[in-house]
Order: sequence, then structure tokens, then C-alpha cells
Amino acid sequence: MPAVSKGDGMRGLAVFISDIRNCKSKEAEIKRINKELANIRSKFKGDKALDGYSKKKYVCKLLFIFLLGHDIDFGHMEAVNLLSSNKYTEKQIGYLFISVLVNSNSDLIRLINNAIKNDLSSRNPTFMNLALHCIANVGSREMAEAFAAEVPRILVAGDTMDSVKQSAALCLLRLYRTSPDLVPMGEWTARVVHLLNDQHLGVVTAATSLIITLAQKNPDDFKTSVSLAVARLSRIVTSASTDLQDYTYYFVAAPWLSVKLLRLLQCYPPPEDAAIRGRLTECLETILNKAQEPPKSKKVQHSNAKNAVLFEAISLIIHHDSEPTLLVRACNQLGQFLQHRETNLRYLALESMCTLASSEFSHEAVKTHIETVINALKTERDVSVRQRAVDLLYAMCDRSNAKQIVAEMLSYLETADYSIREEIVLKVAILAEKYAVDYTWYVDTILNLIRIAGDYVSEEVWYRVIQIVINRDDVQGYAAKTVFEALQAPACHENLVKVGGYILGEFGNLIAGDPRSSPLIQFDLLHSKFHLCSVPTRALLLSAYIKFINLFPEVKGTIQEVLRSDSQLRNADVELQQRAVEYLRLSCIASTDILATVLEEMPPFPERESSILAKLKRKKGSGTVSDIEENRKERNTNVNGGVNHSSANTNAKVTSSSSTDLLGLGSNTAINSTPPPGPSTAASLLVDVFSETSPTGPLGAPSAPVSDDNFSRFVCKNNGVLYENQLLQIGLKSEFRQNLGRMYVFYGNKTSTQFLNFSASVVCQDALRAQLNVHAKPADPTIDGGAQLQQILNIECVSDFVEAPVLNIQFRYGGTLQNIAVKLPVTLNKFFQPTEMTSQDFFQRWKQLSAPQQEVQKIFKAKHSMDTEVTKAKIIGFGVALLDGVDPNPSNFVGAGVIHTKTTQVGCLLRLEPNTQAQMYRLTLRTSRDSVSQRLCDLLSDQF
Amino acid sequence: MMRFLLLFSRQGKLRLQKWFLPLPEREKKKIIRDMTTMVLARNPRTCNFLHWKDLKIVYKRYASLYFCCALEEQDNELLALEVLHRYVELLDKYFGNVCELDIIFNFEKAYFILDEFLMGGEIQETSKLTIAKSIEASDMLQETMEEYMSKPAF
Repeated sequence: MPAVSKGDGMRGLAVFISDIRNCKSKEAEIKRINKELANIRSKFKGDKALDGYSKKKYVCKLLFIFLLGHDIDFGHMEAVNLLSSNKYTEKQIGYLFISVLVNSNSDLIRLINNAIKNDLSSRNPTFMNLALHCIANVGSREMAEAFAAEVPRILVAGDTMDSVKQSAALCLLRLYRTSPDLVPMGEWTARVVHLLNDQHLGVVTAATSLIITLAQKNPDDFKTSVSLAVARLSRIVTSASTDLQDYTYYFVAAPWLSVKLLRLLQCYPPPEDAAIRGRLTECLETILNKAQEPPKSKKVQHSNAKNAVLFEAISLIIHHDSEPTLLVRACNQLGQFLQHRETNLRYLALESMCTLASSEFSHEAVKTHIETVINALKTERDVSVRQRAVDLLYAMCDRSNAKQIVAEMLSYLETADYSIREEIVLKVAILAEKYAVDYTWYVDTILNLIRIAGDYVSEEVWYRVIQIVINRDDVQGYAAKTVFEALQAPACHENLVKVGGYILGEFGNLIAGDPRSSPLIQFDLLHSKFHLCSVPTRALLLSAYIKFINLFPEVKGTIQEVLRSDSQLRNADVELQQRAVEYLRLSCIASTDILATVLEEMPPFPERESSILAKLKRKKGSGTVSDIEENRKERNTNVNGGVNHSSANTNAKVTSSSSTDLLGLGSNTAINSTPPPGPSTAASLLVDVFSETSPTGPLGAPSAPVSDDNFSRFVCKNNGVLYENQLLQIGLKSEFRQNLGRMYVFYGNKTSTQFLNFSASVVCQDALRAQLNVHAKPADPTIDGGAQLQQILNIECVSDFVEAPVLNIQFRYGGTLQNIAVKLPVTLNKFFQPTEMTSQDFFQRWKQLSAPQQEVQKIFKAKHSMDTEVTKAKIIGFGVALLDGVDPNPSNFVGAGVIHTKTTQVGCLLRLEPNTQAQMYRLTLRTSRDSVSQRLCDLLSDQF
Repeated sequence: MMRFLLLFSRQGKLRLQKWFLPLPEREKKKIIRDMTTMVLARNPRTCNFLHWKDLKIVYKRYASLYFCCALEEQDNELLALEVLHRYVELLDKYFGNVCELDIIFNFEKAYFILDEFLMGGEIQETSKLTIAKSIEASDMLQETMEEYMSKPAF
């Protein structure tokens, strides 16, 4: 083999590189580089035309400088010139420079594309490969636009060389990944599938990669690949190790191709054809059997390649989730690996078992390994292995072993690596809540979390415990007692002070009967922590104190004394000062009745999903930094939004409730039963307990809270996005005629992972069952990563109705069961048929419908700007005919329509009168049926 | 698909970077920093895999160089280790007992060899013979050319 001497070709480059290496300091390096840059620049600008060799050398130097981490702002043109050289090495360097350095500079792209075009049509396989590599390396949209049609042609042309076919397949894959819309499907697709039969294993390998991705997006078009893949796999698995010549890798037959084929099969359900299915099962059994054979080589490469195929086969078995014997064999095999001396195999076995734990067939089998996994948590020396053990424990947790698993995780937390503590805290919090049979255990667990890893207990976690305690009165006394005891510790975490302050402020009275925790003792205990705490915590404590004044009149004096002290009333922090002043004033002026009303116990929180889960998912953020930053940005705006939202709320209450006048505190002091929001994190305490960004269903919970966030948007339109979280997007298209409707629901998998066991059903509850028939056609049980699934709902309106049906969605994603429930926007107005009528007709009917129960009227404030055109569009979207020239006042809107139900038809008239000065509307509905008038009025008044 | 491949020394000096999806320079630098600190901090005899964001990191040390790549969720880690190994074998075959210096001084060759082997983050050709043959062919072209260039100007 020729050795390094070939590098001598560019001696100047070698000299430059060793110069750089000899630089003693960063400054010296920069100096040397600047000198070189100046030199190159002068050469490029010089009068003497450079020969190809020098150009190549200088371009290569620039590339080297760039790869060292310095900016390069010239030389692109020279590199592009190299592309059209007919000397291979010059072309090659030109292409390398372009691949590494090109940014979508449009002038250059055109020149580059030209050069590529020439090379692609050169029929010289080496040049064609260079060009295809360049397209794949840059892969920009411009390139896709220019070549997305050409590359498939090269791929399937009969006279294309094998090596070019390989490049073309992967180049096309690259373009399809970034610009799927630009790659036209066509007759080439069928021919691509047949590349699976190609004689050249390199071509098959490259083509399989392409087919996997295409099949994920267009499963039907590539169905035939299943039988071909099984046949190919079977030939490889049964081949003697020498058959495949150089494609045998350390005695393993074509491991790359085998893994790809197994991967391709994971895009599809088990083959329906019994013969193919049997052949596949044989392959999988053979692979499992080989795992038990003695190794053919002691080299790690041999065992890695062999086990790579084995793990991929196990993934396929788990994916099919249909052959109990194979599943059990897979589980046993992984069980062996759990105790293997190779750390890599233990790691992968833990990882695979996580997915196996979500299969019904094997969940129990996985649970039998609990002791081994707990042992791994305790003894593994490698943190990433321990982390996988935590994941597996989380995945195998159910009601039967929750207490044991939570206890083990808690004890591991004491010594866990800092990098994974927060994640463990979140997992423990989720499991403790999900499997809590008695909530005292839950409270204990969370307080333990704070004690062991207080710094890693995020807001979401301690908000959640407060939320649960407030909502469950059976645990309030216990919680008060427990936090009181926990606060006795001489040094306790600030998060504990927060939880303690909040809970004692609400429920301190439940333990005040015990002389050991009398009101004064409770207060002294809390106040002893006060000076050690940060501002938000102090603010929270002040709110707890004012709540104490209400709960325990006997300590009023003591607390007033504290509030009155200079350190409070004149605190440098404006938030603390304001609270002290207001609370003091409130406690002096208000009567006990008013105090009791203002400082009443917090009302239960609406049952919505905790933000802990969302947080856990966020932690597994995506691979690009910008996404992470976006997430963070989103969170920030959310927090801010939350604050604004809360203060707007309180202000609204202040102006509308008469009790503020009674208090005589002036209308701009925002006080009601909740403590006033502060400027910092404490502000979001009450509002942000719920994550507003991601209404994700809880994992494996029996029923998910019903999301209706976008419901009202669909009252006046039929298409749009109904629901979206990090995993799933649900889009709707619907059409209605008379009393019938058809709704197309589109489920988009936003992840790159397949959703399994997908099901979506529609439930009409209670009275609605008799009023509305919804028939959902069964949906496919899998949605591939990035793919969309369509489901059709047929709807029949039997009689008028108020409630909306609920769409329940379930699927498995990465081993966990997701539950999502969304209110389906099937509303009464969908069954409108517009009715045109003359002014005379209108008023005649209006008069006929003048019985008091037939009319419903509502006056309300405009939520959006009062734009006439928008209002018209909304009324038409609502389903009625918009009648012009009926109302004597041209700025009023009048509409008429008939609601069609199976049993009856209801005529409706409506009138909407805007008052732009007051920013108010008056909406009047008259129908022959009072329930219809009421419902329509409610629906429509919400839209303006 | 493989998202990126990095080669760096024990001192954290980057020797080769290949990005299979385009990223802004700033982001690349951040990833390089994260990878070197994470991987270099690992103890010997720990496993070769890490989770990082939603990617799987697979790395292996060969002499003074770390080979480190990022995979997507559904990719096979063990096989990725062998991708790294095959790349080392190819470098070895080309340079003859490859060392870090070979890669520093012939970085463009290291990129060319990689291009023969991987494309768009997927395996293009696994046969050592086939790859070696096509690299050889390009060197033949180059050698003819060097000879031509080294002739004194007339």
C-alpha cells in the first residue's frame, strides 16, 4: 500500500501545518495564520494566473485554517474553479472545500450546481461520485431543487456503475430527508425496491437505507419490499461465512446489511403471508440460536457485529409483539446480557428491556429481573449504565412494585451523580404520584426527595405536592404534621420551607390542637427560617403569616409586630415591602368576616396534568442546540405570560367584586383570596403549577384530562389543528350536510419514533349518547415517525345537544403508554343550513318567535378587535345565511338558518349588535326551542 | 443515520469533523465542546455509549485518538462501534499503521477515505477491498499528476 509519502504532493501545505504545530501560543498561531491568509489573498488577487496545482494547494490551506476554527471569508470562487478542472485531485479538493465551507450563498450555488451538472453527465464514475457526494454533503434546498429529479434517474438507469448506484441511493436519501416535497415519487420507486435483489451487496446495503426512509413515509408504495427483505435476510443468515467474501466481517455475514434489513422490516407489521412469516420466524430463531453458539473469534469485533444483529432482531421481535415464544426468548437473552462481563452489553440489555417492558406479553417477564436491575443501580461503576438501570426501573414500575422501586431510587439518589439527579427526582415524583394508593406515602416520598436532593427538586415538583395536598382533604392533616416535623431539623432545604410555609398557612389549624404544635410554635418555627431564605421564599412566608392571622386570631399581635418591624416595612425589596405593608393594613382594617373571606382556604386546583411529565420530556430535549434554546425561550415567555395572566385576573376581580370597596383599600391594590403575585418565580406559584405549553396526557394513566384548548376555534370553521403536544399533532377537516357530518382526523407523529398500539375512539357521554351518533372507522395501530394517519368519523345528529364528544387517543411511544383526550368540536351549529329570506319574512318570523323562552340574549365585551369583515366571516362560518339590508341599522348583523337533526328541524334567527364605543356586543337568538337558543347563543358569543 | 463524526485527541484537539446534517458554526462549536468534555471525562473500562439530548453517542479510543459519533434513536450502537473500527482499519490500510500525525498532515485524505465509506450518515460501502480499490484509483490519478507537475517548467 502506498504510504504517507503521497502527502508530499503539497509540500507547502505540510510546511504550513508543521509551522502551526510549532507555535508556542495561541497568539503565535494567529499571527502565523494571518500571515498565510495575507499570502494566499495576494496570490489569488495577483496578476499572474495561478495554475491548478497552486490553486489546489491554497484552497487546501484555507480549508485547514477553517478546520482549526478560524473564519474564512474568501477563496470560495477559487474552490468553485477547481470543480471544473479535469484533474481528479483538483476537483476533489474543490469539492471538499465546498462540502465543508459552503453556505447558501446563492451566486456560488448556481456555479456549483453547474459544475455538478457537468460531472453528473460526464459518465465518468469517479467524477459522478464526487458530484453526488457534494450534493449529499451540502444537501441544501437549492441543490434538492436542481437535482431531485436527476438523481433517481441515475439510480435506476440500467447502465449505471454499481459504485455510482450506491452514491445515488444515499444522495437521494439525503435529499429526501431534508426536502421530501422536492423528491417526486414515480416509476423509479418500484425499481428501487428491486435493488434489494441486486447481486452487489454494497448496492443492496445502500438501497436498503433509502428504502427504509421511503417506506416509513409511504408504507403502501413499498410493501413489496417486505418479502424481498425476508428472502435476502434468510439467504444471509443461512450462508456459510465465506460465501459473502469481503462482506463477511470478522466471521459475521454482512452485519450491516442484516441490520438494515431487520430495520426495514420494523417499518411494517408482521407479514400476513404465512410462508413469508414462517421464513422470517426461522431467520429470527437462527439469529437467537447463533447467540448461544461458541464465538468463532475472540475479537471484540466479532462479538459486536454478531450482537448488533441479535439486538436488531430483538427489536424486530419487540416491534411485532406477536410471537410470545420469540418474545420470551428475547427477554431471556437480554436477561443473560444483564449479567454479561461486557459493560456495553449490560448497557444495551437494560435499554432494550425498557421497550420490552411495555409489551403485554413480556412485561411480567421483565419484572422478574428487578433484583438484577436494582443490583446494577447499586454496583455498576459506569454512570451511563446506572442511568439505563434507572430508566428500566421506571419502565417496569407498576402498582405491584412501586414502593420497592421508589425506595430504591430514593436511596440511590443519595449517592447519584449530579448530572442525573434532577431526572431521578422527576421520575420518583411521577411514580410516587401515579402509584400512590395512600397519599401519606406520596407526601413522605416528596418530602424525602426534598431532604435528599433539595437542590434538584424543581418548582414543578413542589408545586405539584401542594396542588395534591390542597385537592385531597384526607391527607391535609398528615401533610401539616409531617412538614411541621420536617421543619424541626436544624438545617432544612429552602424548598422544604416553601412547602412547609404554604401547607401550614393553609392547614396549620389541623394540627394546632396539639400543644406541641400550637399556633405560636408553628409561627416561631417558620419565622426562625425566614432570615435564611431568598426573597421569593420570604414573600411566600409573608403570605403564610397573613393566613395565620386568619386561622389563629391569638397570634395576630405577634405577627403584626413582625410585619411592623423596619426590616419588613422598610425592606429594600419592593415586593416584600409591599406585602408587609398591605398585609399589615389588611389585618388592622378588615373585620374577621372579611379576613375569613379574603384569606379563605385555596380552592381545589382543576384536575389537569402535572407539568412534571412535560419537564421530564423537555429534559430529553432534541439534538440541536437551537431547539433547546427555543424550549428555554418558550418556558420564559410562559413564565412571563403566566405572571401577566395572573395579575390581569386579580385586577379583573378587584374591579368587579364589591368586596374591595368594603375593604376600602383603594382599587389598585390587588388583593383577593390569593396572595398577590410577585415579580419573580414566586409569582408564578399559583398560576404556573400547570404547564401551559404542553397539555400532554399522563403516562399510562387510566384516563387523561380532556383538552379543549382549541375547541372554540372550530365553532366558526371546519379545518385546522385541534391539538398538539411534543409528540402528536391532530388536524381536522370536516364537512356537514343537514344532520350528517364527516370528519377527517389526521394524526401526525412529530417524533422520529413509531407509535405503537395506536387507537383512537370517540365517546359520547351521558345525554349526548342519545343525541349524537359518532362512528369512528378503526385506525391503523401504528404511526411511523414523521408520518400521518387519517381516520374518518361519521356523525349523525339525532336531536339538539350541548356537550361535545370526546376523542380518546392511546398509543405507546418509546415504551410508555400515552393517553390523550380531546374534545371534538362537533357543535350544534354545524348542522345549520343557511336560509336566505327577505326583510319582510325575517320580521314576520321574528315576531312569531317572541315567547320569552324562545329568545336568549347576551351582552358581552369584545375579546377581539371589532372588525366588520371578520365578524361577517364568523357569522357565515357559524352556518347561518348573513342577511343584508334587513336591519335598519347597517352596522348590525342579522342571520337566519335551520338546524337539522334527525328528529326535527329548528329554525333560528340571530341578531348581533356591536357597540364599538363601549367595545361591547349584544347578541339575540330566537328559535322555536329554548335549549337550542341557549346553546347557539353560548357558542357564538364566545367568538367575538 | 449518523449525525456527525468527530475525531479528537486526548488533549481535546479536534482532528476531524464530519457533519451529516448542516448546522450553524456556533452550534457545531458547542457540540464539539460538549463531546470532548463528556467523552474525555469518562473513566476507562466504562461502556462506549452515552445519551446526549435525543441522540446516542458512541465513542471509542484508538491510541491517542478518540473516535466519536452521534446516532439517532433507532440506530444500532454496537454496529456503530464497528463503523468506527472499519474506518480505523481503512485509515490503517491507507497510511500503514496510522497515527495521529498522519491524520493531521493528510487531513484531506482522511476526509476522502471517509467519503468512500459513509455518505449522508449511512454506510455506503462496507467492503474493505472495494474501498481500498477506489482510493487507490484516485491516488494513481494523483501520482501521475504529481509527476507531471514536478517536471521543471520549460
